[in-house]
Amino acid sequence: MLNIDSLEKGIVIDHIKAGTALKLYNLLGLDALDCCVAVIKNARSSKYGKKDIIKIDGKTDLNLDILGFIDHNITINVIDQGKIVEKRSPVLPKIVKNVIKCKNPRCITSVEKNIDHIFQLCDDETQRYRCIYCEQEFQS
Amino acid sequence: MKHLIDPLDFSVEETVELLDLADRIAENRAAYAHACDGKVLATLFYEPSTRTRLSFEGAMLHMGGSVLGFSSAASSSVSKGESVADTIRVVSCYADICAMRHPKEGAPRVAAKYSRIPVINAGDGGHQHPTQTLTDLMTIRSKKKRLSGLTIGLCGDLKFGRTVHSLMKSLVRFGDIRFVLISPEELRVPDYIMQDVVTSRGTPCRVVENLEEVMPELDILYMTRIQKERFFNEEDYIRLKDSCILTAEKMKTAKPDLAVLHPLPRVNEISVEVDDDPRAAYFEQVQNGMYVRMALMMKLLGVKAC
Repeated sequence: MLNIDSLEKGIVIDHIKAGTALKLYNLLGLDALDCCVAVIKNARSSKYGKKDIIKIDGKTDLNLDILGFIDHNITINVIDQGKIVEKRSPVLPKIVKNVIKCKNPRCITSVEKNIDHIFQLCDDETQRYRCIYCEQEFQS
Repeated sequence: MKHLIDPLDFSVEETVELLDLADRIAENRAAYAHACDGKVLATLFYEPSTRTRLSFEGAMLHMGGSVLGFSSAASSSVSKGESVADTIRVVSCYADICAMRHPKEGAPRVAAKYSRIPVINAGDGGHQHPTQTLTDLMTIRSKKKRLSGLTIGLCGDLKFGRTVHSLMKSLVRFGDIRFVLISPEELRVPDYIMQDVVTSRGTPCRVVENLEEVMPELDILYMTRIQKERFFNEEDYIRLKDSCILTAEKMKTAKPDLAVLHPLPRVNEISVEVDDDPRAAYFEQVQNGMYVRMALMMKLLGVKAC
């Protein structure tokens, strides 16, 4: 079994759907960090059978809002002095930028280059997002 | 700096203020003949439009300003592959205000993001057409003396008809509005508009396919053209274009104070015999369109009202 040390200070992103950690790694821009980051694939999970985990060493001030849009089962543990000081579930972000693309062929994003693809949360309950340009709802 | 991209960019109070100014311009246009002396309007029209472009240009010229721009994508740098963002950055160097029509939805919002001058959405695909909405509101108010307590019939292409979406979103803010939506099933109001305007607000609404059966209950009838350019194939267009037509016969069952509006141009959805009916308000609407655009440009340019 693979062993990775526990963190003294940092963030553990847990209960990631198995096989999707690398996608999250890229979405969160973790490649740009100069600290130690561990991506663990297919770890054993009593809840889901298998799960992925990301451990980020030394940083606790990262913007992880996008996690709520990607997978609301994820949990975020903030570690300080070797202990979990905060355990939270990600909330739905108000804005989702450059994560998904508008599929409306009439939308300006279909032709304009170098444009941010931005979606806005329009309903918390139904978790619906709309393109800020053409207002078309995102359909996954 | 303020832009007008969506009809809701102006609050109810701002909208009323603008309509009041447009009414004053309509009463005494000569008093505003120099309101925009030295100002330049850029009309960036990426798709053909006669009436909206001329209305904007007429509005600026009647206030003493001047106009530059293009009337099709083929005659602009777009044909060389220039982005909306770059075009507006360049135009910001030449003009004081810009009116943009674009076939792609959301293009004026992109322009506003990069612009140094106020951007007015003059129609973006099947999405929004806020200055037509202001025109419609001005005409409804002039005919009914109010913008609430009305049953509004919207007939024709309610799916791609951007003027319909903008008008519905704007009207519900004035309260006590009931909609009657008349269209073939394929051309019904999109779900997101229904959700925003009807479902979430509890706005009374009736959906029918036949204009005749609802004529007696309407205070306003807003007719629209079934637009060929919004369809992906000719077959669908031909099948649906004649489904909602207003005739003199149908007008017989309508209220005596009904007002018939149409954003124009018309094809055959209103018979020409209806033009002589005093309830036909669509040509007056065209005139109002210019006054309301004069008022809008004054407001966005920060020109003091007389």
